[in-house]
Amino acid sequence: MKPALFTYHRPGTLPDALALMAEHRGGARVLAGGQSLMPLMAMRMTRPEQLVDINRIDELKGIRDTGDTLTIGALTRYSEILRAPLIADSLPLLSEAIRHVAHHAIRNRGTIGGSLALADPSAETPATCLALCARIVARSSAGEREISVDAFFEGLMSTALAEDEILVAVRIPKRPAKVPHAFLEFARRKGDYAQAGIILAPSHGGVAENRAVVFGIGSTARRSAALEGAMTNGLSAEAKAALQQEVTAIIDDDEGAAYKLPIVMTLAERAMGRLKP
Amino acid sequence: MTTAPAPAVGQSLARPRAKRLVTGRGRYTGDIAAKRALQVAFFRSPHPHARIKSIDVSAARALKGVVLVATGADVAKHCKGFAGIHRLFKGMKAAEQWPLAFDRACWQGEPVVAVAAETRAIAEDALDLIEVDWEPLEGLGTPEKAIAGGTVLHESLGDNIGYDGTTASGDVEAALAGAAVVIEDTFRFGRHTGVCLEPRSILAAYDPSDDSLVVHESHQCPAQQQAIFADLMGLPEHRVRVVCPDVGGAFGIKQQLYGDELATCIVSKMTGRPAIFIADRVESFASDIHAREHVVKGQMAFAPDGRILGLTVDDLFAVGAYSNYPRSSIGEASHVAALTGGPYRIPAYRARVRMIYQNKPPVGHYRAVGHPIACAVAEQLLDRGARALGLDPIAVRRINQVPDGTASHKSHSGFMLNGLTVEACLGKLLAGFDMAAFRREQQDARKRGLLLGLGIANFVEFTGTGAPYYGESGAPVTAQESCLARLEPSGHVRCLTGTTDQGQGTDTAVGQAIADAIGVSFDDVEVISGDSAGPVGGGAWASRGASSGIEAAVRAGRALRDEILRLAGLILQRKPEQMMLAGGLLCDAASGAELITLREVATIAHYRQHLLPPGTQPELSMTRSFVPQSQSFITTNGVQLSVVSVDPGLGDVRLLRHRVAHDSGTVINPMLLDEQIRGGVVQGLGAALFEEIHYSEDAVLGTGSLMDYLLPLATEIPDIEVAHLATPDPGTSIGAKGAGEAGTAGAAAAVLNAVNDALAPMGAHISTLPITPERVLAAIAAASSSHDTKPGLQG
Ligand SMILES: Cc1cc2nc3c(=O)[nH]c(=O)nc-3n(C[C@H](O)[C@H](O)[C@H](O)COP(=O)(O)OP(=O)(O)OC[C@H]3O[C@@H](n4cnc5c(N)ncnc54)[C@H](O)[C@@H]3O)c2cc1C
Repeated sequence: MKPALFTYHRPGTLPDALALMAEHRGGARVLAGGQSLMPLMAMRMTRPEQLVDINRIDELKGIRDTGDTLTIGALTRYSEILRAPLIADSLPLLSEAIRHVAHHAIRNRGTIGGSLALADPSAETPATCLALCARIVARSSAGEREISVDAFFEGLMSTALAEDEILVAVRIPKRPAKVPHAFLEFARRKGDYAQAGIILAPSHGGVAENRAVVFGIGSTARRSAALEGAMTNGLSAEAKAALQQEVTAIIDDDEGAAYKLPIVMTLAERAMGRLKP
Repeated sequence: MTTAPAPAVGQSLARPRAKRLVTGRGRYTGDIAAKRALQVAFFRSPHPHARIKSIDVSAARALKGVVLVATGADVAKHCKGFAGIHRLFKGMKAAEQWPLAFDRACWQGEPVVAVAAETRAIAEDALDLIEVDWEPLEGLGTPEKAIAGGTVLHESLGDNIGYDGTTASGDVEAALAGAAVVIEDTFRFGRHTGVCLEPRSILAAYDPSDDSLVVHESHQCPAQQQAIFADLMGLPEHRVRVVCPDVGGAFGIKQQLYGDELATCIVSKMTGRPAIFIADRVESFASDIHAREHVVKGQMAFAPDGRILGLTVDDLFAVGAYSNYPRSSIGEASHVAALTGGPYRIPAYRARVRMIYQNKPPVGHYRAVGHPIACAVAEQLLDRGARALGLDPIAVRRINQVPDGTASHKSHSGFMLNGLTVEACLGKLLAGFDMAAFRREQQDARKRGLLLGLGIANFVEFTGTGAPYYGESGAPVTAQESCLARLEPSGHVRCLTGTTDQGQGTDTAVGQAIADAIGVSFDDVEVISGDSAGPVGGGAWASRGASSGIEAAVRAGRALRDEILRLAGLILQRKPEQMMLAGGLLCDAASGAELITLREVATIAHYRQHLLPPGTQPELSMTRSFVPQSQSFITTNGVQLSVVSVDPGLGDVRLLRHRVAHDSGTVINPMLLDEQIRGGVVQGLGAALFEEIHYSEDAVLGTGSLMDYLLPLATEIPDIEVAHLATPDPGTSIGAKGAGEAGTAGAAAAVLNAVNDALAPMGAHISTLPITPERVLAAIAAASSSHDTKPGLQG
């Protein structure tokens, strides 16, 4: 379990990092917290030739109040998010979700940008950003763009980020603590990736639509139209049938996941129950 | 006058080694510096079963930093082949093995080529450059497939059945025919393994100048390894030395021989340089021994009052591609045949066990070898019988248990079970447990949609294996333990023991016992273990450290004390029997008056012999041995209780309470004993709910890392309440019985019974371990589809 040979870079500024990404387009990988990348490299499941360590780049760190949104730097660690009063006040759903991510040691290193870029379908952070209607800020040496989270996750561990882009921040509409939400997941052990999870974020002043996310099944976290409707109209028999249909369609392409259908249905019912005042 | 200090035996003394380990000063095999050492990595078969048409290692050999690339054929020139036959089991068949595969690979992960390089990273780079032309063959991934009459794994054996044996007593057909209720089921036990914090590691240093081999190895049995390396490599045994330094967990994983470890010794011989191989976690899943893949059909026949009339067991035990060397892989199945229903009087019994070869790594002797299977099968059949008869499962246990106080009970499987305390353990287990309150809570929880369940599991154990078992096997495995106790000139004691310590604290317990036997304080004794150049002993297995290892230490300690008293008598002109040694002081036996310090006696005996009477020859090192010579095992027993909750919507099982009562004989160190039980329970809970190595029907490995091989974490484990009985074993002076495996023996069965107790109102039950959400949901679905009206939850 030793990585294949690679060249290690540790740029001190974002432009330097972006220049490296442009120079080695396709051959370079960003190293953030390393909690997913290092094991993958050690098992030689991935073999980047160039590693661009962004841990010394200060402008990627920290949480800022940007009016109606919070802007969270890509290199912000899970543990910082859990400690931040800004998050507790304006995005309690995010901290509730992150409490389910792994264990202290991993949360001390792992970053929000790394989790979004990795796009694991069972991970809490991508699913929660989807529920929170986030926008992903990506930059390359050619410039910066914002990507709606609805267009960001493209498939199994794949995102809309271009090969030479670095995810620099995520911008999330504030969601005051008094607005209800539900986050429910089922994991085999505390801190494991979810077998399945449901997030319900009803509309509020900052986000005009109900957003419901199912994660842990299929290739990526997804919104559920059936649940979004049910958030307004209640979880009727028809809504349940529609949800069952949605989930079955996803699970059918996911080998060995058939058993998760009743789990998702149970979680959905319980999550709906939590929204009741 | 002095008062004798409190004996060390019976005190919860901390392990001196623990301080070293937790402060990062462990000395594991990987920490040992060896000049010019080469790092060895293995190219492993990516196929479950495939013929090797050709191997091209030229590119790997050409890589800078690579010193040796050796194929199976290259390595085989330096050793003999070996086969895991246990001669006690008549008719056992096992194919010959070599360190590396050379014409055919029989499991995914079998080592094929060894690469030795200046660094492990370079060695792994070289692995990428090896080209093997494979001809894939059919992979056998289940025991059913392996006995279906298709592919024969080893043609020389004729079929895939390595052993087929039946144990019987009484008229089992009549018992089944005349029963009020017969419960029949097929139980499946998933394949799992023991996960050690320190993976398998070996550092081999062959010296061509004197044909010697010094091996540092993370292993339980240095003396056995010495014998094997010498024999298989054709080296003089007295020039082979195996040292086991700190070992970070073993659990039976480090008990037998691995081809890659023998190959590492041969790499050292071929290169003339030390060679080190440290398995990484990923290759450990594909190369460490596995455990417990059994499919067991069981039937238990009951009289209307709950008496067991008969029991049948048919065990398909799927060991893997080979039988382990040197002890074989039969252990689990032989324990299933011997121990299923062991705590009970069963008038009629038939157990058939078949050891099946298939394309997976060998199954070995993981903690509690076979016991968890025997326990789960019998205890679940018993619970189901009680339920069918409308009887209390505890009452049914009570009427069937072997009565306490029976000095020797011949079991239905023909083994002598001595001094069982089944009822006393059950009583201890239930003392202070409010069963009525639990049943009320269970009713209330059901109303809230939560299923609670309680399970109890009785078990009998074989511990402290005696001479007959391996004596008959033909293997170089000793049941004997030896200990050398040496008086230092300062009056301190150094003790070398043949038993070994992989973290369980055996060294500490040996130190306590020998300190008392001599009459010195525990702090004045240093215990050294794990060196094949020391006194010969079996090492650690079969929960024998206390019963055999400590017995040898006590005998050595007493011999040294007697010699000290003799010398003191000569110095003081007193009769030895009128003196005693306690706390490092020699005192008058009658008055307790202090006469001379041990230090003074030691100084004279080591440096001033001219002061002793003419002709006196002090003997300041005493070696004594002990072997349970005639009995196969020291038998003991215990019982466990588990309380779980089952969330029927998620299939989620949570462990709420766990209790153990166990008879360990004399308790040497209560804290170490409790933690041995707890650690064992945790491994059993892993087997119950989490741990499984997945294979496809074609034997393709589906478990890649600890992300998908789930170990129980502290967050999943409830507080484990432990109680002991201490009925001394009459066969030794120390009276200790085995305890290291008791926790594992019964934990999974208790959980299985608890889950099935919880599921009973839904009409569902589970017969497969581990109990995953998927299996719980499937059981609930099967139960609701097999009823016309959904049973649902009764309030
Ligand atoms: C034992 C264990 C348990 C875990 N359990 C969970 C869990 O329950 N839930 C969960 O969600 N996660 C879990 N994780 C994963 C963890 O959350 C990771 O930290 C996270 O997925 C990746 O973040 P990182 O900063 O460590 O990224 P890295 O590992 O450094 O990188 C991950 C990937 O993202 C890319 N990347 C990183 N940052 C950027 C960026 N700014 N721009 C572009 N690309 C980037 C990297 O190139 C790489 O491909 C677990 C990890 C471990 C080791």
